[in-house]
Amino acid sequence: MTPTYYLLLSALLFTIGAVGVLVRRNAIVVFMCVELMLNAVNLSLVTFARLNGDLHGQVMGFFVMVVAAAEVVVGLAIILSIFRTRRTASVDDSNLLKY
Amino acid sequence: MSVMSSVLFLAQVQPVPSPAPAKIDPPALDAVWPILIVLAAACVGVLFEAFLPRHQRWPAQVALSLLALAGAGVALATYLSDAPEAGEMAMFNTLAVDRPALFLWGTLLALSVGAVLLIADRSVEPGGAFVATAAIRPGTVQDRAQVTATGMQTEVFPLTLFALGGMMIFCAANDLLTMFIALEVLSLPLYLMCGLARRRRLLSQEAAVKYFLLGAFASAFFLYGVALLYGYAGSVRLADISAAAAGTDRSDTLLFAGMGLLVVGLLFKASVGPFHTWTPDVYQGAPTPVTAFMAACTKVAAFGGILRVLQVAFESTQWEWRGVLWGVAIASMVIGAILGLTQTDVKRMIAYSSVAHAGFLLIGAIALTDRGLSGTLFYLLTYGFTTLAAFGVISLVRDSSGEATHLSQWAGLAKRSPLVAGVFTFLLLALAGIPLTSGFVGKFVVFEAAIDDGMAPLVVIALVASAVAAFFYLRVIVLMYFSEPAADGPTVTVPGAFTTAAITLGVLVTLLLGILPSFALDWAAGGAFAIR
Repeated sequence: MTPTYYLLLSALLFTIGAVGVLVRRNAIVVFMCVELMLNAVNLSLVTFARLNGDLHGQVMGFFVMVVAAAEVVVGLAIILSIFRTRRTASVDDSNLLKY
Repeated sequence: MSVMSSVLFLAQVQPVPSPAPAKIDPPALDAVWPILIVLAAACVGVLFEAFLPRHQRWPAQVALSLLALAGAGVALATYLSDAPEAGEMAMFNTLAVDRPALFLWGTLLALSVGAVLLIADRSVEPGGAFVATAAIRPGTVQDRAQVTATGMQTEVFPLTLFALGGMMIFCAANDLLTMFIALEVLSLPLYLMCGLARRRRLLSQEAAVKYFLLGAFASAFFLYGVALLYGYAGSVRLADISAAAAGTDRSDTLLFAGMGLLVVGLLFKASVGPFHTWTPDVYQGAPTPVTAFMAACTKVAAFGGILRVLQVAFESTQWEWRGVLWGVAIASMVIGAILGLTQTDVKRMIAYSSVAHAGFLLIGAIALTDRGLSGTLFYLLTYGFTTLAAFGVISLVRDSSGEATHLSQWAGLAKRSPLVAGVFTFLLLALAGIPLTSGFVGKFVVFEAAIDDGMAPLVVIALVASAVAAFFYLRVIVLMYFSEPAADGPTVTVPGAFTTAAITLGVLVTLLLGILPSFALDWAAGGAFAIR
């Protein structure tokens, strides 16, 4: 087992998530990309825990999961409320605030 | 039978007594009572929402919030009277309760009193600035009815207290995991509060979505930075990262990639420089009392975190990263000053002003000296109160559709209400940094510390940027005093006791710190960060 591969996979997943946030149009998909980024971080935390030979990284993974769950609760509530108004979750249509 | 035998079997193979578990002492709480009081009051506030009838919630929540802030203030003062000079670690070394942390806690609590008063006000907008029921869809019959209803979504008070608790933990966090959790505890309630305006609900909801998506994006960057630094140092404690960076046998890639991502997350929260894009939209769309809370308290907490991270964890590597943050500070000042010139909405204008101020604050933060620290802390105190009072004044100028925030509507305001125009002029002059206001003293101490630390070119750029920024503050003053008011212009609402108290608090502190800054400067210079 080479832990470096896991780090590279984690960096790749994080990049896919970041690019997804920047190019996707649907707020739900954007949000899923953010979750992908958080899970990529979890992977590297666990890998570093293995490399460092301690448990802190794994415990931090649990914290991140709990925070991500809380973020889903708040985020979906906000996205749902604007969806009910506009009948669309596209982030391009939210264009009242500019300049 | 089988259970019995396995128990006997276990009893046979484990004759040696297991070693006594390491004794874990309960944490000493005397240093963290302010945080505990605020968070406990927030939990009680949630229970109020669940069990009190609707008409009793507003008085109960306001009383609870103000009592909690007063109680936390008393606890802070009590602790301060015999706090150890060098600071101490609390809650198993996760919180560093040192002089800068205590100063920031006091600042946050005082600013929150003003913000809670603005949030609680029901005289300026009948029923308060918050929607009666957040679930009502904008544009429907129920929505038009709720605009004139007298109730409001009182969950906003516990949300404020939760956010405040998160901010207090954030500026005292001694390791990056605690800092991340605190970042989320302060952000998640703010995302929700942005979407709760009573009027212009589409704008408000849009602000909430933008703030949420960008905020979550930024906290993912912060978290990846934490992971890389954990991989680098084998620990997320700030002092351990500093110690690991001092010995140089490890991969610098991990250190600087991690630091870069971490600092991007922090700069986003502080709305610095190129990471400011959410700031104008969210400041404009959010209900004005929430904008006041965000602009004042989030800035204080975020810069508290930035100061601690830079001074404790990354001081030993400052020669590698300082140039980058020079660039960020310049970008922030230039963006804030130039784009502020083009704004036509007064809330957006103050938002760009806050971006420029974030650049000035960052100059103080990268002067890694004691004077840089105390200057930045003092600047945060002055900026918080001035901007809080400015948003309080903005909420008073209204027409039939709510707040009149377009600058053309402010023309000739001095003829309608000399007092409001005079107060706003004073606050704008303080933001511009004119002598006899706190803004001047704040800029002076920060720039002085920066010159001492060899950053004279940066200070020259900052002076030019503040001269450019002064132009757009003066433009509003000229507009208020030397233009004819429009016939169908806005009216100036006579505020009730709460808003009056909040604005008076902000104006008094701005004036007092402009004339007699020395006592607050002494507090800010009380001591450095505890490094353990």
